[in-house]
Amino acid sequence: MTGPILATRGLVKRFGGVAAVDDVDFALAEGELRCLIGPNGAGKSTFFKMLSGQIRPTGGRIAFRGADITGFEPHAIAGLGVGIKTQVPSVFDGLSVRENLMLAAWRTRPRHAAAAAVEELLARVRLTAEADRPVGHLAHGQRQWVELGMVLARDPALVLLDEPTAGMTHEETAATADLIRAVNARCAIVVVEHDMQFVRMIATTVTVLHQGRVLAEDHVDVVMRDQRVRDVYLGRQEGPPDA
Amino acid sequence: MSATATRLGLAAMVVAALFFLFALPRFAELYVLNDITVYAAMATLALSLALVWGFGGILSLGQSVFFGIGGYAYAVAAINMGESTVPVLLGVALPMAAAALLGYFMFYGRVSDVYLAVITLTVSLIFYHVMVATSGGLTGGQIKIGSAALGGYNGIPGLPVVNLPGDPAAQLDFEGMYYFAVGTLFLVYFGVRWLLTTRFGRVAVAIRENERRAELLGYDARLYKLGVYVVGAGIAGLAGVLYANWGGFISPVVFNIFFTAQVIVWVMVGGLGTLVGPMVAAVALQYVVTELGAAATSEIKASATILGVRFDARDFLDSNVVLGVVFIVFTLFVPKGVAPYVQEKLAPWFARRRADGRAAP
Repeated sequence: MTGPILATRGLVKRFGGVAAVDDVDFALAEGELRCLIGPNGAGKSTFFKMLSGQIRPTGGRIAFRGADITGFEPHAIAGLGVGIKTQVPSVFDGLSVRENLMLAAWRTRPRHAAAAAVEELLARVRLTAEADRPVGHLAHGQRQWVELGMVLARDPALVLLDEPTAGMTHEETAATADLIRAVNARCAIVVVEHDMQFVRMIATTVTVLHQGRVLAEDHVDVVMRDQRVRDVYLGRQEGPPDA
Repeated sequence: MSATATRLGLAAMVVAALFFLFALPRFAELYVLNDITVYAAMATLALSLALVWGFGGILSLGQSVFFGIGGYAYAVAAINMGESTVPVLLGVALPMAAAALLGYFMFYGRVSDVYLAVITLTVSLIFYHVMVATSGGLTGGQIKIGSAALGGYNGIPGLPVVNLPGDPAAQLDFEGMYYFAVGTLFLVYFGVRWLLTTRFGRVAVAIRENERRAELLGYDARLYKLGVYVVGAGIAGLAGVLYANWGGFISPVVFNIFFTAQVIVWVMVGGLGTLVGPMVAAVALQYVVTELGAAATSEIKASATILGVRFDARDFLDSNVVLGVVFIVFTLFVPKGVAPYVQEKLAPWFARRRADGRAAP
């Protein structure tokens, strides 16, 4: 059996005196699909940003296929074959959909091969009709898909998705779940998500973060029955729904 | 912008280049050509910031520092060598080296946009004060590099003009300089246009649009920004070489805040994110400023006394006041600049024409 594609050991991030992520050990097998859930402030986003190189950990190590990548710049992590989708759609608003995807495809392919790959991707994320429009003019859900397309354009070995369905309609969410399952056939995926409906659509194993620590890690159905998880996470659903 | 409009724009610029290089010199007076020579130098400087700011997203407030380094490098080298080929190359290479050094610390140090603007401006002002101090003043000891005296505030006069490569005796005359400057301008223009179609250029624009996204795709934004900055510095240096040649003169004025501010105004007025806009704005505003300067020193005598204070019309025709007013007016009424404004106005016309074309049998 091969080692994990992504692993963290004793990962810590402190902001001042507050430990947003506190001693997290995490391991993701090749080809696995993992959901990362937890209430607001659980440290999901901070953990995600450390994995993608957007912030540096205070302590602990991150390894990609056994190689230490702790403190790498985002472009270096991306260069290893990690596709990253941020929470707020992060796209090139002034450029066309096609050009957005082209910029992503260029990283791994020569120019003519990239063009062919982009046409295929446009169909896959259902944006062929919008290919020449500036991304800034598209609806929110469509912009999310453009970003997903950019992540996939690079044929990544590992995909990190931060709330991929935020702001999507129900149909868009369902379509995204289909897409993620299809993508998972080819690469490992970590999804940070709030929407439990969506997690149930795609998930097998779920990791629950709470106050910067791993609270539980098991199959989604087991986790959902866990009383501690219900207390810290599901109990919060009485409050106002968060963004 | 549609592909048709892009092709039309390119065709228009080719026509303009042919006109300036082959038609205009046949009937224009020599003094007109001489004026156009300096406008071409300024338009080249405008192009450098149009690239760095408009496409690279790097607000280099002190872009004229590279113009000045280019001019001084040419001046010092030409005086020492007596031949112009190497000095011209130095006038491009030295600013690029300076930009690489400064840019390395700014981009790899992840200096944020506002601080970057301030740093570039400060560097320009430092050069200004250092160059002013080279006269030695009362203490004597004027600074020389080889046989070239830097001359402090008075600058370096009587520079050797560019000669044909390898033949120091074959110095360019006024007309030759015109061809050199205008030819350089259009060469740089088409070169930058080409650069922006390459992968490097597209990624640079993508970084302007969203630096984080570009990095998450695996592009090292620091390296690309440095690349754009260095190329821009080379173009500015070349403009400085043209400028030094035009007047046979270079002085610390090119490093001062007014000189560098006008480059910002050209790009703003012409249109951020376009190339032709800043070029045209540089020429038009230089023309206005020159004409007003001439008028202020000779023709205008009006004055008024208000509340016991005497106001002289000449004081208000100061070129910086004029540029300042132009800047404010454009920021308020044409914030995107002239070129994007014209494009927006022309777009419906193009669309109509296309529709008509389809409707016609």
